[in-house]
Amino acid sequence: MKTVTTTYREALREALREALSADDRVFLLGEDVGRYGGAFGVSLGLVEEFGPERVRDTPLSESAFVGTGIGAAVAGMRPVVEIMTVNFSLLALDQILNNAATLRHMSGGQLSVPVVIRMTTGAGRQLAAQHSHSLEGWYAHIPGIRVLAPATLQDARGMLAPALADPDPVVIFEHGSLYNVSGELTAAEGPLDISSAAVRRSGDDVTLVTYGGSLPKVLSAADLLAEEDISAEVVDLRSLRPLDDVTVMASVARTHRAVVVDEGWRTGGLAAEVSARITEQAFYELDAPVGRVCSAEVPIPYARHLEEAALPQAEDIAAAAREAVGHRG
Amino acid sequence: MSTSHRKPAKPAHRGTHQDAAAKHHRDLLASMLLIRRFEERCVELYSAAKIRGFVHLYIGEEAVAAGVLDALGPVDTVVSTYREHGHALARGVPTDAVMAEMYGKATGCSRGRGGSMHLFDVGRRFYGGNAIVGGGIPLAAGLALAEKMRGGPGVVCCFFGDGAFAEGEFHETANLAVLWGLPLLLACENNLYAMGTPLRVEHGQTDLAMRAASYGMPAWAVDGMDVLAVEDAAHRAVEGIRAGHGPYFLELRTYRFRAHSMYDPDRYRDKAEIERWRARDPVVLLERRMRSAGELDDASYAELDRRCTDEVDRAVAAAEAAPVEPVSDLLRYVVTAAGDLPEAR
Ligand SMILES: Cc1ncc(C[n+]2csc(CCOP(=O)(O)OP(=O)(O)O)c2C)c(N)n1
Ligand SMILES: [Mg+2]
Repeated sequence: MKTVTTTYREALREALREALSADDRVFLLGEDVGRYGGAFGVSLGLVEEFGPERVRDTPLSESAFVGTGIGAAVAGMRPVVEIMTVNFSLLALDQILNNAATLRHMSGGQLSVPVVIRMTTGAGRQLAAQHSHSLEGWYAHIPGIRVLAPATLQDARGMLAPALADPDPVVIFEHGSLYNVSGELTAAEGPLDISSAAVRRSGDDVTLVTYGGSLPKVLSAADLLAEEDISAEVVDLRSLRPLDDVTVMASVARTHRAVVVDEGWRTGGLAAEVSARITEQAFYELDAPVGRVCSAEVPIPYARHLEEAALPQAEDIAAAAREAVGHRG
Repeated sequence: MSTSHRKPAKPAHRGTHQDAAAKHHRDLLASMLLIRRFEERCVELYSAAKIRGFVHLYIGEEAVAAGVLDALGPVDTVVSTYREHGHALARGVPTDAVMAEMYGKATGCSRGRGGSMHLFDVGRRFYGGNAIVGGGIPLAAGLALAEKMRGGPGVVCCFFGDGAFAEGEFHETANLAVLWGLPLLLACENNLYAMGTPLRVEHGQTDLAMRAASYGMPAWAVDGMDVLAVEDAAHRAVEGIRAGHGPYFLELRTYRFRAHSMYDPDRYRDKAEIERWRARDPVVLLERRMRSAGELDDASYAELDRRCTDEVDRAVAAAEAAPVEPVSDLLRYVVTAAGDLPEAR
């Protein structure tokens, strides 16, 4: 199969370009998406190609432009809203939760909100407490929206089209540490499914469940474990809402051990949800308690060593896996 | 009248043809009276525990809905607040469907999921019923942006209160709407209170039209108790918007005669203040004007009133008899399921 060398950022851009070319109803809006090229360079060059009507720079007004995207979607357009980062999405949470997620239901099925909202998430770049949030779990809490976390080049390239085809709101989280990841991308394989989790590495001894920016760390941990003859299976959730329980449970049924890795805080987080589902649905398969590796319960600090200590690292993940495997059931 | 859009009426009262003017005035009076009778019945039904939840009455403000919506036609779109029975009825959402929604019945205009605060009727381009103060304003801007990008003729009218004018969502959206020249009518219902907080306690500068104008759009204040003044202003604004001049702002100075909601004991207003405003009851103002112009007499008024009351009676009877949604449908319409595809587009 033909492959191209690309980056996560370019894969996202290619997906946007394709969507803008394919459908007149698609347009981008957000702070600095046009002239600047997007805060993370994702939409660089698109305003020159598609013009300022379809790649719209907005004023600093998260609630207004996210709400405007939602309204345009209700009217039948297919807006792709970029919020610079999840940290600023808090200023638009009202529009996302109280409008995008509710309008279909409150109207008794009359309205449809086919909006796509993209945002950067996560820590790891010494940006300190206000610029390092991982709030995917908050969004995954909300009925009425779909939440995606592309962690691979393939998903960066292939999730946008099915997200735009979804008649309901879709929120896409792009982890800031992934934009420069480069690699080979196989040429178009047809539309991706955005409902299921994917097994990124097969193994027999323990299932490591993760998503988004933690995937590379979990794969490194699996390498460490392999040196010790522990065979870890890595499940990438991909869709955080709805969650694909089937893939997770099938893996746990083989390995009998699970560790959930999530950059969000532990308390009340997404890892807690996945862990609860495993105990509800696969309790009798388990040979060890379900483990969790999450961020420390602290605003993410600036100093490099402190930030590293606050975030899940490959060694922490490997340690949790060893502990699970140590339980001989 | 309540089951279809009214034609975008020409401002007949300024014309020469007296019959047309008289008929137009009768339509406006009928529109206001229907709202009044509907809501008076809601009070009774609420006391009888037939309807529940938050119910915000519009009584006293009817001239705003009747006058502004007179300027809109079928291609136009309305976004409203939780105080929206009047907007829905004046827009032509069937009285039956609104009443059934108050009852939480399957025949309600939101299939019982919305209640008083969330009335929707996509067929009539009535996009709700938003209970977050200011929350509908960005949504309306988006509907207007879609209209502009597609080169459509429609105007989006967004109702909100003087309280909402203090929210960031209003100011963010006003700026954006001017920047992008959106076909948006910002219809601010200044009833002098946000719940119990009077205008002068909400706003450092209480001249809302002046502040709106500072964003770079035409904006002025209107006597919101005088339906003819309201419709005149609304027609002028809608004409400007349709001509491509971008957003307009109207400050409609009005007053609610009733408490903020059925829960509100209304302790923060002077009774004399309420009485002063009641003396300018918008229904009575138009009625008097029509009588002195020879457009209305006791018999024709009684006839009009009876028709409104009958319509409400029929809506109540239908709502009483209507089925509720089965609990097995609890999870419907959260996300799109096969067979749930939106009816409008
Ligand atoms: C964002 C938000 N804050 C507070 C409330 C509670 N609340 C409901 S109505 C209201 C007053 C709004 O006043 P105004 O905008 O003038 O509209 P009115 O009720 O007078 O028509 C308040 C504070 C709310 N629903 N939403
Ligand atoms: Mg008010």
